Amino acid sequence: MSRPILEVSGLTMRFGGLLAVNGVGLTVHDKQVVSMIGPNGAGKTTVFNCLTGFYQPTDGKILLDGEAIQGLPGHKIARKGVVRTFQNVRLFKDMTAVENLLVAQHRHLNTNFLAGLLKTRAFRKSEHEAMDFAAHWLEQVNLTDIANRPAGTLAYGQQRRLEIARCMMTRPRILMLDEPAAGLNPKETEDLKALIGMLRDTHGVTVLLIEHDMKLVMSISDQIVVINQGCPLADGTPEQIRDNPDVIKAYLGEA
Amino acid sequence: MTRNLRTAFFSALLVFAVAVPVFGLKLTTVGIRLEVHGSDAKTFWIIAACAVAMFFWQLLRHHAAAGWAASPNLPRIPAGAGSFLTLPSTQRTIIIGLILLALVWPFFGSRGAVDIATLILIYVMLGLGLNIVVGLAGLLDLGYVGFYAVGAYTYALLSHYYGFGFWSALPIAGAMAALFGFLLGFPVLRLRGDYLAIVTLGFGEIIRLLLRNMTDLTGGPNGISGIEKPTLFGLSFDRRAEEGMQTFHQFFGIDYSSINKVIFLYLIAVLLVLLTLFVINRLLRMPIGRAWEALREDEIACRALGMNPTVIKLSAFTLGATFAGFAGSFFAARQGLVSPESFTFIESAIILAIVVLGGMGSQLGVILAAIVMILLPELMREFSEYRMLMFGALMVLMMIWRPQGLLPMQRPHLELKR
Amino acid sequence: MPELYHYFQQLINGLTVGSTYALIAIGYTMVYGIIGMINFAHGEVYMIGSYATFIAIVGLSMMGLDSLPILMIGAFVTAMIVTSAYGYTIERVAYRPLRGSNRLIPLISAIGMSIFLQNVVLLSQDSKDKAIPNLMPGNFIFGESAMDGVVVSYMQVLIFVVTILAMLGLTLFISRSRLGRACRACAEDLKMADLLGINTNSIIALTFVIGAALAAIAAVLISMQYGVINPHIGFLAGIKAFTAAVLGGIGSIPGAMLGGLVLGVAEAFGADIFGDQYKDVVAFSLLVLVLLFRPTGILGRPEVEKV
Repeated sequence: MSRPILEVSGLTMRFGGLLAVNGVGLTVHDKQVVSMIGPNGAGKTTVFNCLTGFYQPTDGKILLDGEAIQGLPGHKIARKGVVRTFQNVRLFKDMTAVENLLVAQHRHLNTNFLAGLLKTRAFRKSEHEAMDFAAHWLEQVNLTDIANRPAGTLAYGQQRRLEIARCMMTRPRILMLDEPAAGLNPKETEDLKALIGMLRDTHGVTVLLIEHDMKLVMSISDQIVVINQGCPLADGTPEQIRDNPDVIKAYLGEA
Repeated sequence: MTRNLRTAFFSALLVFAVAVPVFGLKLTTVGIRLEVHGSDAKTFWIIAACAVAMFFWQLLRHHAAAGWAASPNLPRIPAGAGSFLTLPSTQRTIIIGLILLALVWPFFGSRGAVDIATLILIYVMLGLGLNIVVGLAGLLDLGYVGFYAVGAYTYALLSHYYGFGFWSALPIAGAMAALFGFLLGFPVLRLRGDYLAIVTLGFGEIIRLLLRNMTDLTGGPNGISGIEKPTLFGLSFDRRAEEGMQTFHQFFGIDYSSINKVIFLYLIAVLLVLLTLFVINRLLRMPIGRAWEALREDEIACRALGMNPTVIKLSAFTLGATFAGFAGSFFAARQGLVSPESFTFIESAIILAIVVLGGMGSQLGVILAAIVMILLPELMREFSEYRMLMFGALMVLMMIWRPQGLLPMQRPHLELKR
Repeated sequence: MPELYHYFQQLINGLTVGSTYALIAIGYTMVYGIIGMINFAHGEVYMIGSYATFIAIVGLSMMGLDSLPILMIGAFVTAMIVTSAYGYTIERVAYRPLRGSNRLIPLISAIGMSIFLQNVVLLSQDSKDKAIPNLMPGNFIFGESAMDGVVVSYMQVLIFVVTILAMLGLTLFISRSRLGRACRACAEDLKMADLLGINTNSIIALTFVIGAALAAIAAVLISMQYGVINPHIGFLAGIKAFTAAVLGGIGSIPGAMLGGLVLGVAEAFGADIFGDQYKDVVAFSLLVLVLLFRPTGILGRPEVEKV
């Protein structure tokens, strides 16, 4: 049993009078795929936002590898290896696909002012390596032919893949995908499934995803967490969740 | 039809309400009393004519619109030409051509012309500096003139109290402006766009007011005068040298001519502008330049990727301030004196207008816009009092008609080679 | 007791000036609340209102109608009509075509409009100060004497009374009338109001007109109190009023009122402590401090970013 990489307990988020998230907890083990499901408006994206530092949670503890990260701002959490995608794809639309990938490597590039100004060898080497890394990942997600097209002109499915590739530029430990299959046709969803599997198996990334596509969720997840109206409802393997009466009731209403 | 009629009447009345108090009735001081006098009949006829024109325009607007669409299209600028002008390679050729021209022509021009050219170059530098902040990083800075003032006063104070020369003070002026940029930017850059604009405006005004009020240090409203002009390796361009120094003319054994001083100043300005252009072009091809564009496009995505928006904005802000500092110290050297009244909000607005009209982010656009904005009023001396009026109107019109500016920016794209 | 009198005096002065700031500030806050833009040209509208005031007062005097009530009514009516016309026209010409574009563009247009208007007046009316004598001389004195007591001029009383009436009127309009309700709806959610059939263009125009009219009232009061105007007063008044609006919480009308009063008092005491020439520095510094430490203002609510 791999060790827990992310431990969340008692996560609470209050917006004025609205209690959006109430005491959610989950434990994610290293190199697992964990899905968060629940009816619309259950608070799943709010949980994501709390975990990634875009909201400051009202209460609760978030431990990344034993280190408390609740309350840290978004970019600091991202630097610790927790990156995410968004419900509405947030690519840099006027920049080309490859440039999107280069920007994402900002933290790993030679940003020395003088080096760049004088085009020193160290600078050129750093840029070269960044370009290679970007090219490698474009290949991994099958986007090499559109490398030099502005990201805003790409097809929706391609944009989704690019966004995931962009996340991988930051060499993350945990990848959080917010409804990655939304708007994808069955073939694209299959490709997505393969991609997520590849990320976990080949690159050792832990994946946490919010999803509504039950087929995808059931087939790919090692663990499923169910949230309803901000409260934790159930937690377990796909088989356990599938047969859980509370979950069935939440989705389908009273029999 | 009645609806249109009502709108037409209303619009005509509006013209009267707007024009008569301001244009038709003049407040004039007669002796010690204030009186109101009607304008000459011509003004009233013009107002009436405008009202009537507005009346008919509102009435017939919809018919006119239909007619407009049906009329044959005016010949357009061929699409190819437009994109040709914005190609990076074309722009590079143009810039190189301009540089060569710039270095050669002053030796054939009149003193007045070279002087104006130097003034234009100062504004080009300011425009390029503000371009980094507004055009590349997308931060609206309305207090840019504050950094200009810091650079100018740094040199003035160093020259006045410690006898620093231009060249030794230049890097210090840039550094001081950068420091101010850093200190001011640090708390301010996390604010939203329009709040940022107002805060920077506030800062710019505070700097000016402090310079005006700290009379013991800064000379107050009269400023500091007697600032040294730059020398060429110790050779001054004055008619007569100080004790123990030589003049340029003595050294090279040529006759004194006052135009040489002007040309020398001009060439320094060209040098500073070239330096600015070089740095900016490199920055666009460095990670920080890409980060600015990414930040401008989507700050939330940048945060999600681990980029600290405040630090990135701060780099743009500080860099822009540094160039303003350089421009400021050159300005002080050229004028020989500085006073707070050279650094009002209007200056910030003019520099902003140059950046916006030229095309935010586009360097050639900024250069062109600076030339147009400074040169045109000089050429049309009779209209010089209308200069600011035209600035204002131009800003509004450009935003409505072509907000991306005259020459919208084409950033060099990094290509993946197969 | 003299120190107490002194502080009371500063307080009275500050509240008087502050209430005029509040009137102008309401214009900023209402426009920001409904379309999210800073109407940079609002200060110039106020300046034009001052000129309209002077023209009315001097014009009526020249025609022999120089009793105080007639002059005042003439001033208020003229100023309000002229500024409303300007407010409406500015919105139609410089802002409406740009609605929906990114924030920078209308702001630049507003700055351009502000420069344009200032120079229009500068060129047509010339740049020199224009002065009229004090129409309401005389003071109430509380305490021993003018030196050892609190002096409240008749003009200051008038300012208090008029501003309170104006704010009362506005509050009643906003909370009770149908148009006022429409204004509130648009301020809360413009798109939704539009979908519900409210003519949002008219409401936005109305907002500009109301703001302009209130600025006119302030213009009449201030120009009568100080007796001097020139084309440059718009810039400073505009900045101060904007500071007041932000201080109170931009988008909130009670906030603008509160912010104006707080700014006026802060300025009065600041000038007392640091000297008169630093009065404007106080205003700008307050602006900067508020935006840095509490950008939502006193009565504003912190916004949560939607990710």
